[in-house]
Amino acid sequence: MLRFIVRRLIQMVGVVIVLSLLVFIWLRSLPGGTVSAMLGDRATPETTARLTKELGLDQPIWVQYGRFVQRVLTGDFGVSTGVLPGRDALDIFMTRFPATIELAIFALIIAVAAGIPLGYLAARRRGSMFDNTSIVGSLVGVAVPVFFLAFLLKYLFALELGVLPVSGRQSTGLDATRVTGFFVLDGILTREWDAAWDAFKHLILPALALSSIPFAVIFRITRASVLEVMDEDYVRTAESKGLANSTIRGRHILRNALLPVITTIGLQTGGLLVGAVLTERVFSFGGVGDALAAAFTLRDYAVLQMILLASAIIFVLVNLVVDILYAVIDPRVRTR
Amino acid sequence: MNPNPLKAQAERRKERIDTLAETAGTGTVTSAGEIEEAPGVSLIASAFRRLRRNPVFLVGAAITLAFIILAIIAPWIAPHDPTQGLLLDKVRQQSNPIPGPEPGFPLGADNRGRDLLSRLMVGAQQTLMVGVGATVLGLIGGLTLGTLAGAFGGWVDSFVMRIVDVMLSIPSLLLAMSIAAIAARPSQMTVILAIAIVEIPIFARLLRGSMLAVRSSDHVLAARALGVKQSAIVFRHIIPNSLAPVIVQATIVLATAIIDAAALSFLGLGNPDDRQPEWGQMLGASQEFLGDYPHLAFYPAACIIIVALGFTLMGESLREALDPKTRR
Repeated sequence: MLRFIVRRLIQMVGVVIVLSLLVFIWLRSLPGGTVSAMLGDRATPETTARLTKELGLDQPIWVQYGRFVQRVLTGDFGVSTGVLPGRDALDIFMTRFPATIELAIFALIIAVAAGIPLGYLAARRRGSMFDNTSIVGSLVGVAVPVFFLAFLLKYLFALELGVLPVSGRQSTGLDATRVTGFFVLDGILTREWDAAWDAFKHLILPALALSSIPFAVIFRITRASVLEVMDEDYVRTAESKGLANSTIRGRHILRNALLPVITTIGLQTGGLLVGAVLTERVFSFGGVGDALAAAFTLRDYAVLQMILLASAIIFVLVNLVVDILYAVIDPRVRTR
Repeated sequence: MNPNPLKAQAERRKERIDTLAETAGTGTVTSAGEIEEAPGVSLIASAFRRLRRNPVFLVGAAITLAFIILAIIAPWIAPHDPTQGLLLDKVRQQSNPIPGPEPGFPLGADNRGRDLLSRLMVGAQQTLMVGVGATVLGLIGGLTLGTLAGAFGGWVDSFVMRIVDVMLSIPSLLLAMSIAAIAARPSQMTVILAIAIVEIPIFARLLRGSMLAVRSSDHVLAARALGVKQSAIVFRHIIPNSLAPVIVQATIVLATAIIDAAALSFLGLGNPDDRQPEWGQMLGASQEFLGDYPHLAFYPAACIIIVALGFTLMGESLREALDPKTRR
């Protein structure tokens, strides 16, 4: 098991290097370039030439990449030019990161808590009214653009009914103590229950919007997987042995059916990041997704670079965790 | 064995695409060559017999057909010119920047006084263009790569598939955003290109998988035994018989293309020129008025959802009908 993990960790480093190279090349191919973004209106041929030289942009590309890696390794990701001008990009990322994680975790909890039981039920009652309705429902869920669903929820529950907050992560009037940056957790840790409840209410709508696609995917995979496992010989054997129904369902069907579901949940990380860009924008949530969208429109190179690199690393890490989980559940994977 | 986690991730995604390719692949083989194990009715014939009675397919096909017809005839049946600010004086006069419905303008106008209904109708055209354009370009790219990999095998195959796997492992909208951002001047064409590039790996992997299934089938073996040239085998026997799953997938991908185009517009990476209306762009532009005039968002969004659903329903039921496993 340990060797399996170590091998994966080494491979991970290679992947991160390739991804950092891709991000680097991509950033250099963006129109305008860092210099004009930094200078803005003050751009004259002389200042442009001077800054190009200062930043080392007149050097060959591999020298530039070497410097880029050097700076990144020392924690220097550059200074924001658009999202929060003058602030350190790493700083911006670190303050916003907990918001996105909190949102993504809530969305994933909703998707899993709804998707697995519904998928299981739909498979047990294949062809029933319930089955057909949930299949059509999951297809509609995929056809609705995520940001429009966010619009819709915001309009209905925040603007029209006024039962939930319109935007942000916490009401501004609350003087909540910050411990971890996860607002709900902070409220619980400091026993400021009103702060925790307030942050939770701010999470509901964005998390619901963000959970729509993972929910549809998890639902459909669970249904397909349970259907397949129900037909297996070992389930028939278990039935003919006269095992209790609950034992068959729990130990034989669900446990085996959940394998592909776990992989799917891991696969959702990338989708959650993209979804967070869209939902956070609608709710001005102040997370990483919001910053990424802003960085794209404002051409904030430092922030773009910071967020893309960080998400590449997170993406690879999540995959590692999924691989390890998979190896724990299915011993066959370890020896492959 | 999976050399790295990223590949392992792509591995799972491609397994899914491969099963898709295989199931549909065998289907076409059975129908094309009169192989003895083929049952009395060919797969396609039985598929269509079942599709005719499948309400899901009928609804999807009806929506798709209506959308295409609307896109073609919209310029003639639209009540007004969608580019002209006919109610512009109203926008200027009132404190209210969005003119509501009035005689001749059943849905009112947008913030520039242009008739909303006409814009929605004519918008079908550009929306269809984005969906079809991106999917056709993606298909061409995917077919080229997939043919290279599937027909030659060996190192060409592993090289092409390595690239495809890396592309598949990046979240699709993020990739589309990154490509769209490279364009110095965003336009409808850059949106189409960005989405097309994201689609290439999906089609490439699907075609390759189904070509591998067809390549080992009996009628290809027969052609080879008869001494048919390699190029003729690839282009006359393998490719035509491998296309079915790719075309089915294309209808589903088309829906995603329209939704992704809307997301790009929403993020400010879409076509900034709104003289030619497009639903995604209208939806993106409506966000600044959401609080007071949500109907500006609701109409184009409803159009997108209905059309995306139509393509998805049609594609999913086609795929299920062509899957030999569901024949029983």
